[in-house]
Order: sequence, then C-alpha cells, then structure tokens
Amino acid sequence: MRGSSSFQGTKINPTRFHRSQIKFYLLLIPISIFMLLPVMFVISNAFKPIDELQRFPPTFIVERPSLNNFRYIMQVASGTGVPMSRFLLNTVAVTAVTLVATILITGMTAYALSKKKFRAKEWLFKVNQAALMFVPAAVGLPRYLVIINSGLNNNFMAHIVPFLAMPVGLFLVKQFVDTQVPDSLLEAARIDGAGEIKLMYKVVFPLIKPALATVMIITFQAVWGAVEPSTMFIEDDTLRTFAFYLGSLTAGGAPMMAGVGAAAGMIMFLPNLIIFIALQSRVMSTMSHSGIK
Amino acid sequence: MTARKTARKSMRDRVNTMGDGMHALFLLLPYGILFSMFIAVPILIAFGLSFTYFDMIQAPTFAGLANYISLLTQDTIFFQHVLPNTLRFAIIVGPGGYIIAFFMAWVLAQIQPAPRTVFALCLYMPSLAPGVFVSVVWTTVFSGNQAGLVNAFLLSNNLIDQPIQFLQTPYYFLNIMIIVSLWSAMGVGFLAMLAGILNIDEQLYEAAYIDGIRNRFQEIIYITIPSVKPQMLFGAVMAIVGAFNAGGVGVALSGANPTPQYSGQLITNHIDDFGFIRYEMGYAAAISVMLLGMVWVFSKITYKFFGERD
Repeated sequence: MRGSSSFQGTKINPTRFHRSQIKFYLLLIPISIFMLLPVMFVISNAFKPIDELQRFPPTFIVERPSLNNFRYIMQVASGTGVPMSRFLLNTVAVTAVTLVATILITGMTAYALSKKKFRAKEWLFKVNQAALMFVPAAVGLPRYLVIINSGLNNNFMAHIVPFLAMPVGLFLVKQFVDTQVPDSLLEAARIDGAGEIKLMYKVVFPLIKPALATVMIITFQAVWGAVEPSTMFIEDDTLRTFAFYLGSLTAGGAPMMAGVGAAAGMIMFLPNLIIFIALQSRVMSTMSHSGIK
Repeated sequence: MTARKTARKSMRDRVNTMGDGMHALFLLLPYGILFSMFIAVPILIAFGLSFTYFDMIQAPTFAGLANYISLLTQDTIFFQHVLPNTLRFAIIVGPGGYIIAFFMAWVLAQIQPAPRTVFALCLYMPSLAPGVFVSVVWTTVFSGNQAGLVNAFLLSNNLIDQPIQFLQTPYYFLNIMIIVSLWSAMGVGFLAMLAGILNIDEQLYEAAYIDGIRNRFQEIIYITIPSVKPQMLFGAVMAIVGAFNAGGVGVALSGANPTPQYSGQLITNHIDDFGFIRYEMGYAAAISVMLLGMVWVFSKITYKFFGERD
C-alpha cells in the first residue's frame, strides 16, 4: 500500500526525493555529462597557453591558466585594420535595436491578433502558424535578392531588419495574450479613458512580460551570433559585427588558433547562457502556452 | 422600441468593429510588411524562379518545367548523395531527436524541482551554443590530428596507430553530423514539452490510478501524451524544421561546401552549391521548392498524428 507521503516522492512533479527516483538520476547524469563535456573541454582550451594546447595526449583541465588567447582577440585588428572594439560596438548597437524593435512589433501584433475584432483575424493567425514550418535555409537565395534590391545592401539595417519578423515569437506571444490578458481588464482601462497606446504600454505589455522575455532570448541568440549579414550584405568592414570578426580570426588552423578559437567560441556562448539562466522561469511559463491546437 | 435598441446596438458594434479594424491594421502593418518581405515574397520568388533560367547577370528567361525535369532525371549527385543523406539525417535527427526530447522531458518531470532545473539546463545548453561555438567544440573533439579528443583517446589506448581524419572521411562524416545535431536537438520543443508535462493536473493521474492503470508506461500512454498533445505538435514542427534547416553543420565541420565527396551534403547545401557557387538560380530555386514541399508533407503528417480532430 502506498502512503500519501510516499506518493509525494513517486508521482509526477514530486516535491521530495524518493528512492524510486534513483533510476532517473542514473539516466540523467551520464547524458548530462555527454552534453557538458565538449563544452567544458573548449572552455578549458580557451585558457590554455600554447604549449599546453600542443601537448599529447591532450590535457582535459588547464594546468596553468592564461588569458593570452583573450588578449590576442582584444589586440588584433581585422585585415583592413579595423579594431576589435569597433566590431563589438556594432554588435551591441545591432543587438539593442533589434531587441527593442522585435519586442514592440511582436507585442503589438500579438495584441491585435488576440484582442481586436476584424475579419481576416483567424486567417492571419493561421498564416503565421503555417510559417512555423518555414525553413529559412530553403529561400536564402530569394531573401538575398530581396535584401540587395531593397537598399539594404551595405547598410547597417541589413543586420537588423531580416530578424524582426519571427513567426515562432509571434505565435508564442499571441497564445500568451489569449490566456493572460483578460478582456475585462482592457474594458475597464478603456472606460477609464486609456487610449490604445497607453493600453498596450500600461496593461498588455506588463501582463505578457514572460512571453516578451522569451522572444527576447530567441532574438538575442539569432542576432548576436549571426555572421551571414556581415559576409553577404556588408562590404564596408567598419559596418561588420563581432561574430564575423571572431569567425575570421579562427579561419587559420595553427595550434595557437585552436586556443583563440576556443576563447572566441566561449565569448559568443556565455551571453546566451547567462541570459537564459536569468530568464528561464519566464521561458518555462511561456512554453506552457505553446501548444498548437 | 426593442427593435430600435437592437438596431442601435448593432450599429454601435459595427462602428466599434470598424474602429478595431483600423487599429488592427496599424498594429499589424509593421509585422505584415516584414513578414511579406522576408518570408512570403522569398517563397513566391523561389516558386517563380524555379520555372526559369537565371544566372544573376541576365534577366531570367522562362524555362517551363526544365529545372524540375533535370532535377528528377539528371542530377546524379542529388539522387546518389543529397537525397539519401537528407532523408537519413532528417529521419534520425527529426523523429529520433524528438523522441529523445520527449522522453527526457518526461524523465525530468519525475524528479524534484531543484535538480530538475540543473539537469534541464545541461540538456538545453547545447541549443544555446551559437554556430561558431558548435563548430569549435566538435572540430576540436573530432580533429584529424593527435590533439583531437577522440583520436587522442584511441591512440593512447592503442586502438589505432594513425590518427583518423574523421572530418574528411566520407565513411564517418554523416554520422558525426548526426551526433552533433542530436547533441543540440533539445531545443525550444523540448522546453515546450517539459512545461506541458509539468502543467498536467496531478488529479488526472490520481484518478487514473483509481480507474485501474498500473504503471508508468500506462501513465504515459493514457494521461501524459493525450494531455500534452498540443505541445507535442509544436515540438514536432520545430523538430522537422530544425532537421531540414540544418545544412550549416556539415559545412562548419568540414570547412567546405561541397562536403568531402558529398558525404554530408544535405539538400540545403545543394541549394547553396547551385545558387551561390554556380549561380544557377533557377535550378537552385527548383530544389528550394522541393525542400519546402518535403517539409510541408512531413508537417501535415504530424498534424494528422497530434492535431485535434474536429
């Protein structure tokens, strides 16, 4: 017979440990190690001085950590003499503008699709839902034609504009508005005399913060690591981004570069990780509304 | 009296709806324009170009079905390498990665919250890695010299005498691509399914035990899967798109398109090969249309499986 206290440990979403959970740990621990090991190895490589990188057999943990690889990244300039700081500044500007624009556009579109009454509403949401199936790699070429013919070629906006319409983001936020923004609240605010802009700013956006945070993460990941705009649409080196610069550093294959590559990869990876950890509970609450019916 | 009241009410409704319509138009405009520019129009261009010859220098000339005919009858690389590679890759990484993601989400729901968060983070972490990092990680692990982690392990245990050129040998290449992609297969869909499973009402399980289900397997079949169907559909669509969108992996690992002897050539690489390298835009567009069609068919199948039947 199962007592209620033991049920606490054996049911789904248990609140305490029970020995029946051991089998799950035995599965999770090795898989987590498989996921983490390569990441740890590269992070350790990033701090290795050159002689440790060349050692055989390769050491897993760095013995005499040095910041040489990072220093190299800071000091070198691109082939045309543009310093690292310029690329970093470009990336910060691109990321900031993209995030703000994405959140505004996704938020207001989701609000309109969820709460406004107009004829094509259902149909438009269906179109966006179908676009979840969209495979960007399939139309890289027509997209390229659109971008070079719309004046975005060699233009700073080429880093930003292509990332703003994101069907997954709109889908998640719209579902969230459906369930988390009650019509009665909007009605009350309207009676109090709030205009549309105030309504969105004061009522809707605060209520859907978790979903907007999720959109922020997805967008950040896409923009921060993007290399394609720099390689395909930008000819002026001073308009290129940090991810492009780091990628160009690691093109060589010398052992020194293995360390620099690891350091560069780590610099690209850490912001993604930190932002996700900071916002993970919001992401999870958004994801519970992610179902397609 | 009442008739007039209703008339006035319906009038007011109509005015409100019109106002709503205008507001909605303004609110939807920015997204609508961007969506058209970067998603809808490119798809239409791909369709259009697929019926033409176009080399980026001269204007496209109409070619009828010639591109599709040569794709289906003459493209030996497509039939010998690209199609089998794409299907093998997509089937293992798509449904395979998806089943692993669902199973891991279910396992995570069986342990307490604090360790669950830690393990979930470990499993999701590879999806957070940007392309640069993925290629640095796995070229280091499978590097062809003795500094590569796998080679070093095999050499120091005397399992091989010479380091293996993992990333240049067709025999290994596609399998390595599959391992790398499975490594990062636990993405947004995984989080959605985890959130879905955790949100199932616990009383459903208790009721089911009273009704006579006996074990965890029956729990999954009768309670878990029916309750998280919507999230599972979302996860499935994400998995399919991810599997077909992957083309960067092979190029990042081998450092070249085409990949070594076409061993890791996927359909997206084939498109880039013809589009950006050979400038045969019409032909590349025909392959794109084919790819979009494949994704559409696979997504329809998953909608059949998980969608709610009306």
